Amino acid sequence: MRELLPLSLLGGLLGLDVVCFPQMMISRPLVGATVAGAFVGDTEAGLFVGATLELIALATLPFGASRYPEWGSAAVVGGAIAAALHTSPAGTVTIGVLATLATAWVGGWTLVKLRVWNAWLARRKRDALDHGSRGAVVGLQLAGLTSDLVRAAALTALAYALLFPVARATVGLWSFGEHLSRAVTAGAASAVAAAAAWTIFHSARGARWCFAGGLVVGLLLLALR
Amino acid sequence: MTAAAAARSAAPPPAPRVPAFTWVSVFVRMLAIQGSWNYETLLGNGVGFALEPVLRRLPGGVHGDAFKAAMSRESAYFNAHPYLTAVAIGALARAELDGVPSERIERFRTALCGPLGSVGDRLVWAGWLPFSSLVALIAFGLGAGPLAVVLLFLGMFNAGHLGLRIWGLRVGWTRGLAVAGALANPVLRSGPAHIARAAAAAAGVAIPLAVARVVGDGPLLLGGALAGGAVIAVGLVRVHGRVEGWKLVLVLIALFALVSVAR
Repeated sequence: MRELLPLSLLGGLLGLDVVCFPQMMISRPLVGATVAGAFVGDTEAGLFVGATLELIALATLPFGASRYPEWGSAAVVGGAIAAALHTSPAGTVTIGVLATLATAWVGGWTLVKLRVWNAWLARRKRDALDHGSRGAVVGLQLAGLTSDLVRAAALTALAYALLFPVARATVGLWSFGEHLSRAVTAGAASAVAAAAAWTIFHSARGARWCFAGGLVVGLLLLALR
Repeated sequence: MTAAAAARSAAPPPAPRVPAFTWVSVFVRMLAIQGSWNYETLLGNGVGFALEPVLRRLPGGVHGDAFKAAMSRESAYFNAHPYLTAVAIGALARAELDGVPSERIERFRTALCGPLGSVGDRLVWAGWLPFSSLVALIAFGLGAGPLAVVLLFLGMFNAGHLGLRIWGLRVGWTRGLAVAGALANPVLRSGPAHIARAAAAAAGVAIPLAVARVVGDGPLLLGGALAGGAVIAVGLVRVHGRVEGWKLVLVLIALFALVSVAR
């Protein structure tokens, strides 16, 4: 568990990226899980979890006030768990994805609470804001950023501390083979990706044919390997 | 009045000089524009926060009435796409330093919310972001290593992201309250449709390749994964909006893990 502190800091930074700063998408699961895997010592395991999750995250469109899973901190938890368990490969990708999805669900709820907290802080400073107080504006922004960083770091620490022992025990009892486990997980993820691609792009003229053409190319590339 | 004269009278006065360091400060603050996002003022406080370094140049500095009035105005409710808010930041900075009447600035601020929100959502969240993800997933599926996949995704996405913010700030500052015309830019108007088609093609390539690399050996397992995925995808599309895909995957994988442990 000596990795808990660096992982919490990483989760804090990546959780902050989701909404607050700098929104450069370092919080995407492809990045977060891979970097977390590198922190724990198995970048490849993190990448496999990250790529599977990225297929699922395609369906997440962070429009305005909509509620969505918080992938940043969650991907750190899942990527780190998979990397830490890499010596027994069967089930690690599946368990990493599962840990991420569970954490992302809770993370989405904490984001909503953070927004309520920010609104409460803003109400308390209403008079100062109405009078154009520079201190109030800057203070409110810094308070929001700090709260988000603390939220994401605490979520990462708590989720990793709770889920890692469960994941280790689960891997010990895992009975399905490595490839079957990965096939089930990746198949389920591909379903979300395909449905998301349809939902997001089908209204653009010709997009359906582009998807079909791309699919043919993808399958041909697979067949030619 | 001739057309040329009318155009001259509509154009904003020559831009006041703002030091490069101030622009850097504004740009960095723009990256934190959603730092205090909340359900009441949304991005409002972030707009005031990002504009503050420019507003210090108003007569009287930070203790002057002009600065305080501008800070109060600019920190009120605002909603738009966070990246395209750069257009508003540039235009509002210009309007404040040009001394445009407050009622006009407030009307302009309100009018910008809708277009900057809808264009940004379509261009970035439903366009450039999934497209960048899918291109990175193609690279993953073709066997690229962790560093290459991550750098490809971050480099591609942020070339668009940072470029959009820089363009927005510049065009807003240059055109001031006449910035609405800039939203007719071809990239903003027809870009989302082109990106959607490219992303749809990329999705077709990326999904089988990425699944194949995750699954590893075994054409039977790969075929099963892709066929099963296709069936579930059709179901998800048919119940669109009633079931969230990621929650369904969470339930399916949790059940699979339970069976694996229990049997």
